[in-house]
Amino acid sequence: MEYFLQQLINGITLGSIYGLIAIGYTMVYGIIGMINFAHGDIFMVSSFIALIVITALGLTVSTGLGLTILALILVLVTAMVIASVFGWTTERMAYRPLRGSFRLAPLITAIGISIVLQNYIQITQGARVKPLQPLIEGGYTLMTRVDANGEFAVRLSNMQILIIAITVILMIVFSLMIAKTSLGRAQRACEQDRKMASLLGINVDRTISMTFVMGAALAAVAGLMFLLYYGVIDFFIGFVAGVKAFTAAVLGGIGSLPGAMLGGLVIGLIETFWSAYFSIEYKDVAAFSMLAIVLIFLPQGLLGKPEVEKV
Amino acid sequence: MTATPLLEIRNVETYYGKIQALKGVTMEVKAGEIVTLIGANGAGKSTLMMTICGDPRAAAGQIIFDGQDITKLQTHEITRMRIAQSPEGRRIFPRMTVYENLIMGATTSDPAYFDEDLSRAFELFPRLKERRDQRGGTLSGGEQQMLAIARALMARPRLLLLDEPSLGLAPLVVKQIFEAIKELNDKDGLTVFLVEQNAYHALKLADRGYVMVNGNITMSGTGKELLASEEVRAAYLEGGAH
Ligand SMILES: Nc1ncnc2c1ncn2[C@@H]1O[C@H](COP(=O)(O)OP(=O)(O)O)[C@@H](O)[C@H]1O
Ligand SMILES: [Mg+2]
Repeated sequence: MEYFLQQLINGITLGSIYGLIAIGYTMVYGIIGMINFAHGDIFMVSSFIALIVITALGLTVSTGLGLTILALILVLVTAMVIASVFGWTTERMAYRPLRGSFRLAPLITAIGISIVLQNYIQITQGARVKPLQPLIEGGYTLMTRVDANGEFAVRLSNMQILIIAITVILMIVFSLMIAKTSLGRAQRACEQDRKMASLLGINVDRTISMTFVMGAALAAVAGLMFLLYYGVIDFFIGFVAGVKAFTAAVLGGIGSLPGAMLGGLVIGLIETFWSAYFSIEYKDVAAFSMLAIVLIFLPQGLLGKPEVEKV
Repeated sequence: MTATPLLEIRNVETYYGKIQALKGVTMEVKAGEIVTLIGANGAGKSTLMMTICGDPRAAAGQIIFDGQDITKLQTHEITRMRIAQSPEGRRIFPRMTVYENLIMGATTSDPAYFDEDLSRAFELFPRLKERRDQRGGTLSGGEQQMLAIARALMARPRLLLLDEPSLGLAPLVVKQIFEAIKELNDKDGLTVFLVEQNAYHALKLADRGYVMVNGNITMSGTGKELLASEEVRAAYLEGGAH
């Protein structure tokens, strides 16, 4: 029971990170009907930017709490801004020029951007993993069990609280933005009928750009969280996390915002529980098998829109 | 009625790939007029409506709105000149509510007018008020047509483009929609360019009309003249009058 609870906490934390990345996939897919294959690498680049800024600021665990929080906000803003530029550029270079072309063309250019980003980071930052000493320590012991095997404590770390809280807040802010603001309405309009949206005066190109930018900014939040939580990053994390988050987006129903979050949680939980109870080597197989099973029975994903509604 | 044309179309040609859909169309709509364009299915009427809005773009010729050449502007820029279209097929956003569809219609207009325009739209089509929070995709055909027109009106257009507003609707609804168009024209002086297959109603309503065949304008005249013309009667009215 205690062990289960601990895995649940860990799974939700991991799932939050996947969910934030998955939103970028799902939003871009919603509006242009294509996967942004460079998205995972924008996440990876963001975590490197975060690491560089943290190092430059000389942040360590002995920095006072107030100062740490201020500094992390600065780190986050920097990472989000730079990631947004990468997201915007990806759309301009890989997608927009090929919008009238055959369907696979932009996917190939996006994979090209993905390879460029990975190789660029590999060359400039090195191929080996980069460590970061923990900045936020401490936490709460929720319960302790003592038995013949010794003591087992269920821990909820401050870092986990931070990740889950930020994710929940961002989800609420984002859902409200999509539902209530004119940008959100423009995005939904472009998603449902791009030509009609432009007939009503929506600048479709700019709306698509903004969607890439928003997805990239969320990936940057995830990139900073990943860095702080795991403490090691390398040039390849974007591929691994990207594939998982993409799986999460498809599992939840590609194009659906709550679906992306739910998919992220499911993938995070499956991965964590599988590693805890079965074998850690097969955790990815478990996650992808889940995807296959869901898609057989629910081709639209868990919360996807049924096809009939598309007019 | 003033003499200056609000919309002038000069020798416009439009292609879909290699297929030429408009073969040099010239026509005009004066401020305050209702002008109708009739023609058989596939003549190029909808293509002309969309070409005015820049999508597809005219390959040759000029489109001039209120003295300004808009041929090369982007679609959303043309809309900002206050040309609104209720397009073929209505194109209601299916997963947005009636209210949200109307907000989308007001994209280019001053928010200060929103409440006033919304109540006017609901006055014109009370049915929409009842369905305010219903999703567009679940409306009936007639309700969707009303919504498409109301949405276009939310832009406070100087020129309203209507592409087959009567298509697939019950005669009673058609009558209601044509009355609404007439009222907007009488009361607010709204300029309307109307494409119709329902030639009888359209010509009765319109000040002037054009006939399009295979991407060419073949006839023009006042609504009365065209209604009386033998050619028009034979091609577009026999059996079509209700
Ligand atoms: N998107 C398109 N792609 C290719 N051809 C088109 C397209 N839309 C219309 N056409 C062709 O252009 C011609 C004019 O069509 P349209 O403007 O829709 O006629 P109308 O509105 O008068 O019925 C037709 O021959 C039609 O097949
Ligand atoms: Mg048509």
